[in-house]
Amino acid sequence: MTLDTKSFAEVVNTILAKYENDAAMLVGILQDIQSELNYLPRECLVMVSEGLDIPLSRVYSVSTFFKAFSLKPRGRHSLHVCMGTACHVRGAEKVLDKLQTELCLCAGETSPDMKFTLETVNCVGACALGPVVVVDGEYAGQVTTDKVKSILEGCK
Amino acid sequence: MDIEEKTLKRLNSPQELEALRQELQRASSAKSKTITICCGTGCLAYGGAKVAQGFKDEIKARGLENEIEVKTTGCHGFCERGPLVVIRPENVLYQRVKPTDIGEIVDTVKDGNIVDRLLYTIPGTKTKVAHEHDVPFYKKQMRLVFGANGYIDPTSIEDYIGCGGYTALAKTLYSMTPDEVISEVKKSGLRGRGGGGFATGAKWQSTQEAHGDTKYVICNCDEGDPGAFMDRSLMEGNPHAILEGMVIAAFAVGAHEGYIYIRNEYPVAVKHAERAIAQAEAMGLLGRNILGSGFDFTVKINRGGGAFVCGESTALMASLEGRVGEPRAKYIHTSERGLWDQPTVLNNVETLANVPLIINKGSQWYSGIGTANSKGTKIFSLVGKVNNTGLIEVPMGITLREIIYDIGGGIPKNKKFKAIQTGGPSGGCLPESRLDMPVDFDELTRAGSMMGSGAMIVMDEDNCMVDIARYFLSFLEGESCGKCVPCREGLKRMRQILDRIISGRGEDGDIELLEDLSETLTWGALCGLGSGAANPIMSTLRYFRDEYESHIREKRCPAGVCKPLITYNIVEANCPNCTLCIKACPAGAITGRGKKVPVVLDQSKCTKCGACFDVCRLNAVEVR
Ligand SMILES: Cc1cc2nc3c(=O)[nH]c(=O)nc-3n(C[C@H](O)[C@H](O)[C@H](O)COP(=O)(O)O)c2cc1C
Ligand code: SF4
Ligand code: SF4
Ligand code: SF4
Ligand code: FES
Ligand code: FES
Repeated sequence: MTLDTKSFAEVVNTILAKYENDAAMLVGILQDIQSELNYLPRECLVMVSEGLDIPLSRVYSVSTFFKAFSLKPRGRHSLHVCMGTACHVRGAEKVLDKLQTELCLCAGETSPDMKFTLETVNCVGACALGPVVVVDGEYAGQVTTDKVKSILEGCK
Repeated sequence: MDIEEKTLKRLNSPQELEALRQELQRASSAKSKTITICCGTGCLAYGGAKVAQGFKDEIKARGLENEIEVKTTGCHGFCERGPLVVIRPENVLYQRVKPTDIGEIVDTVKDGNIVDRLLYTIPGTKTKVAHEHDVPFYKKQMRLVFGANGYIDPTSIEDYIGCGGYTALAKTLYSMTPDEVISEVKKSGLRGRGGGGFATGAKWQSTQEAHGDTKYVICNCDEGDPGAFMDRSLMEGNPHAILEGMVIAAFAVGAHEGYIYIRNEYPVAVKHAERAIAQAEAMGLLGRNILGSGFDFTVKINRGGGAFVCGESTALMASLEGRVGEPRAKYIHTSERGLWDQPTVLNNVETLANVPLIINKGSQWYSGIGTANSKGTKIFSLVGKVNNTGLIEVPMGITLREIIYDIGGGIPKNKKFKAIQTGGPSGGCLPESRLDMPVDFDELTRAGSMMGSGAMIVMDEDNCMVDIARYFLSFLEGESCGKCVPCREGLKRMRQILDRIISGRGEDGDIELLEDLSETLTWGALCGLGSGAANPIMSTLRYFRDEYESHIREKRCPAGVCKPLITYNIVEANCPNCTLCIKACPAGAITGRGKKVPVVLDQSKCTKCGACFDVCRLNAVEVR
């Protein structure tokens, strides 16, 4: 389901109900909201704070503490470059450099046309295949600089 | 709950469990062959899902469903050669299988022939190996905990029960007291696999003895350690073994509620764990009145937000309570006051997966494996610059050389071994002179490294040790929760010094300053993140000091890694102007001068991206 068919309030209320408005599940609640909306809009954080009856500052501190959360909208395609040790020793840095040049984006940024978001992660648990880039949830292993173009072309 | 879970029958006694197991074994022996296809993350990345579906379709199309079973499993460990397909019971191993190979494999399954071209070939030779257990990668392993991964479908509780699953639980509930369980685990010598190597039995005992109305058991599947993926693979490939370990732990300490803390980046692990919980509850192996014994234990899943520090016990518990994952001082142990201030056992995934084994086979058998103070086996992720990357399970006490050369098949591209990093961000780098050292908790610590979660990252001559030290520092700087000063400021300062060294502005005295700061951090940081952070620096200084000195005194990076200190150059004698590098160079720094004449590289335009070095197949680009 997309934003066009559901309002923020619907999304948040459904998820809060699923967790029975249990404040202990805050991290899970935010994860679920983010996986529906792709990011955590301010309005939603306010609704969560009211729904769980906890201060907005606590919701904010949790959603900024974990790198997995984004308070800004993200692009249609997400590229996660693994910067873990196993990938690092096999040249992840070069792969990231190449992606940044090709996309004219720095890690953490979204392209103005909202097509790509480029992010780095510290190990996605497929270390045997390093360097790894996760493209929209699919793992690409043993990525070299010359494979970067075809990865980007694969994103329609 | 799935429809499937609703049809699972509840088991009310050990006898019913045993009867079911026998029934399952009869049913499976009715089919003469099983094709197992690895659908772990590594094999999936190489196209494992299509191969698995292809086999299912093919068997169906040929009407062989009653004779040949097709099974998708979790990671077998040899991810480097995926997708893996194993024909059982003969254990014929096919590697790099493509959908187009399926017909041929199925042709041979019934008559016992072998498809030669899909077998593993020992590198540098023409020797092909047909059986899984003869492949050098597997030969020296001892796959006690991890072995079942290759045999069972992680989404089927019947598979786990069929191969002996939940017998340890039945034994625990019906013929042991909590004290006996703890004493058995103590005698086994099991030490925690999550990093610290704390004795598991002793930990359970202090929780058992602690006062509290409610006690908890938590399984730590955060696995924030970059380079490690054994917890993920166990949780994805054999979740019931971990649940069984958790229930036994709960029985021993008197807990009735538990959590599995999994990082959100492991969606398959979350899915399989959820499924396993639902199945085990439906069958009375979890939840109320387990196996009719009167013992209750429920498990919930909590998804972590992917912060490394949340793997630390107190931070993990804070985040489980819905707070920011910041560690607190541990003057009161979590075994006494943990989650919601109640006595809590926190164990690593692999630790818990060892428990059913110990209960089933006995502490005496278990403590017969390993070294004096490190018992049993350990799963390592062997990655980086090594031929056979993947997950290996070996007895404690095996040497690093056996791991890297016999199991790992040595260093690729005829490069020279330089170092192996063990123990993750709190571990260290060990040089060639340490290769014959037996690997266990204490030996690794003595050598200036650590067991940690078991990541082993092999590095060759092209890796710079100063760069690696800087890598770990900047990783930890980013992951530090910032709560205490030595860690927050110390890491930043150390990273700045290394940045300077790497950019050619290192000064005499920098090394001593790093050593000073290392000591402050080791003694002054609040949690293990900060106190272990100096290890990668100290171990590289201990074994690779000359590399630091080259950077500082000669402004040179011997490995050719640190950008400000290197240049890319054309080796004219090797370059016939194939133009590959010209196409690859994003800066337009390379120009051709006509056929058979070496290309020219303009240093003033070069951004040192290394693309020319990567594409040149004739060794005509060198780094200096
Ligand atoms: C910064 C930091 C990160 C940690 N990360 C993990 C982790 O990802 N997984 C884990 O099992 N233990 C991790 N640990 C160790 C745990 O705090 C804890 O000691 C362990 O889970 C206990 O289980 P065990 O006794 O079975 O080893 C970490 C420790 C520190 C200090
Ligand atoms: S040592 Fe670092 S991570 Fe640990 S509590 Fe202190 S600041 Fe936080
Ligand atoms: S290192 Fe990169 S920028 Fe420099 S010449 Fe080679 S390809 Fe071009
Ligand atoms: S790729 Fe190598 S051989 Fe080809 S033109 Fe460039 S330097 Fe010469
Ligand atoms: S280090 Fe990149 S996947 Fe683990
Ligand atoms: S994922 Fe298939 S062997 Fe590891």
